[in-house]
Amino acid sequence: MIEARGLSKRFQDKKRGEIRAVEDVSFTCHPGKIYGLLGANGAGKTTTLRMLATILEPTDGTAVVCGHDVVEEPERVRANVGFLSTATALYPRLTAKELVEYFGRLNGIDEPTLKKRVDDIFNRLDMNGFRDRRCDKLSTGMKQKTSIARTLVHDPPVMIFDEPTTGLDVMTARTIITFISDCRDRGKAIIFSTHIMSEVDRLCDHVGIIHDGKLLADGTVPELRAKYAEHNLEEIIVKVVGPLLKNSEA
Amino acid sequence: MINFRNVGIVYRKELTEWLRDRRTLISTVLVPLLAFPILMVGMTSLMTVMIGKAEKETARVMIIHGEDSPQVVEKLGQVKDLDIVPYTDDWKKRISEKEIRAAVEIPKGFDSALTQGQALTVKIYFYHGEIKSSFGANHVEKFFDDYRDSVISSRLSARNLPSDIIKPFEVKQENVAPPEKVSGAALGGLLGYMVILLSMTGAIYPAIDLTAGEKERGTMETILSSPLSRVDLVLGKFLLVLSASLSTAILAIISMGTSFYLVGNSGAMTQKDAAVFQLHLGFPAILSVFLMALPLAVLFASVLLTIALFAKSYKEAQSYLTPLTFVVVIPAVASLLPGFDLNPKLALVPILSTSLVCKEIVAGTFHWNYILLILLSSSVYAAAALFIAVKMFQRESVLFRS
Repeated sequence: MIEARGLSKRFQDKKRGEIRAVEDVSFTCHPGKIYGLLGANGAGKTTTLRMLATILEPTDGTAVVCGHDVVEEPERVRANVGFLSTATALYPRLTAKELVEYFGRLNGIDEPTLKKRVDDIFNRLDMNGFRDRRCDKLSTGMKQKTSIARTLVHDPPVMIFDEPTTGLDVMTARTIITFISDCRDRGKAIIFSTHIMSEVDRLCDHVGIIHDGKLLADGTVPELRAKYAEHNLEEIIVKVVGPLLKNSEA
Repeated sequence: MINFRNVGIVYRKELTEWLRDRRTLISTVLVPLLAFPILMVGMTSLMTVMIGKAEKETARVMIIHGEDSPQVVEKLGQVKDLDIVPYTDDWKKRISEKEIRAAVEIPKGFDSALTQGQALTVKIYFYHGEIKSSFGANHVEKFFDDYRDSVISSRLSARNLPSDIIKPFEVKQENVAPPEKVSGAALGGLLGYMVILLSMTGAIYPAIDLTAGEKERGTMETILSSPLSRVDLVLGKFLLVLSASLSTAILAIISMGTSFYLVGNSGAMTQKDAAVFQLHLGFPAILSVFLMALPLAVLFASVLLTIALFAKSYKEAQSYLTPLTFVVVIPAVASLLPGFDLNPKLALVPILSTSLVCKEIVAGTFHWNYILLILLSSSVYAAAALFIAVKMFQRESVLFRS
């Protein structure tokens, strides 16, 4: 389970002064559910997800992931999280197998178990054809599969996906979406940020709309549809964020 | 707490990637291995050939005046290494343009002054720094030296005086220092200097690749999302940079030793000159130099990692680190200057102190108090730099600088 409690992050910028990237964001995601974090570019999605993955430390507030506090026990949190984003690249000079094994070892998996697990994942994701090929020689689709294998090797109960399909072709994006759906079926708690509403429709049980660092709306997809009297998710976002945009323009 | 298992895993992975990088092979293995033999053997052979050729050349020399001194002019014309060319007014220009090698000005009434016992000055004009011109001038000067000696002996014999009256005693210099100390003084400074400089240059590329390079390739976020602690991550990376730094230095020293051996035994030099190139270095001396350089290598690896981590891209890191080479070169070169000797204050100056003490060690002198002081001080600097590197890896503003 993931529980964000008043998560806030401020950055210092020499020119712009203090930037409030995330302000008092709270939400919960249960095992076997997908929580979709929606918002425009620069809304604070990536910062929120990075705090949950303990890559960034919150300025205020905290989050609890599988019973571990992100501030107090970041390494234990990371051991329970699989994090995948368009920014998480692969080591170009390692082979697909070496890369997955490296992350397995860093997660403390012993060698016999690691071997079994790597074989199992490579079979499941149909990766045996390129297991010994260097990552810089892989196609985009192969790279994404290797990234997925990397996040799965320690079988984490929590998965965090930050715009995982951005810039990918249809077939590769489809592999990722199927994989996320598969993770939910296996009972993992999943947080997922995206710009693509069809993905939200297909995957998300719960949705949070974030703008200017603040969580403006939070609920299940049917709840939000009922509240804003709109079926189209895009229209719902416009209804939530639109008034704020008008205020800031005025 | 440091998890040594994880540090080892990171180190092994970094080593695998490093060894698969062609640029690594060039900068760490090929360049240090080949640079010295090519430079040393190539340069010395070329110099030997060039100098030999210049020495053998018959120098074109012009005589200025001398119309009233046919005797000396005739003798000059008989010197086999000199080709006397007719006088022209633009002799200065012709020397500068290397048409003639030198000009010699015979003072007015030189021949008659000699018979009357008057001392006049003969001037030789040449192109300073131009080796063929210097050889030409030397030939002329040698002629006049010999001519003066013959005048002196004829004057002495005319007065029935023995020739040793003008040379009542001889002076001769003789080396008593053992050969290892001779080569130590000549090359000792160079050995320490090379180890220091190469342990720095060998660390630059991996330090950039493992920090700014990772940021640029997008793998930094991948590794930060693993349960690995940042302390273990930086230590694993640090060990790889240190390995690269030391292996560059070791390979370069092997190559330098081979080059000196080849040059010293090539027969291209006189025995006296070649002795300087024959390093009489024992294994303990080389080991001591590396031991002294180890804290410095740690210092370099940590400082380079810290600075390169701060950079957003490979190029930015390169522009920060390249000028640092000068920071290392200046004190290392200073130690090679004559008269720069160890004292308690200098022993606290990083790089300079190590370079100085290496010079002493290679020459067979072990100042234990200085050795301990330098080891201690440079270890303190190294530990501080490593501590800063670890702290930097924990700062979000550095890791995610944009």
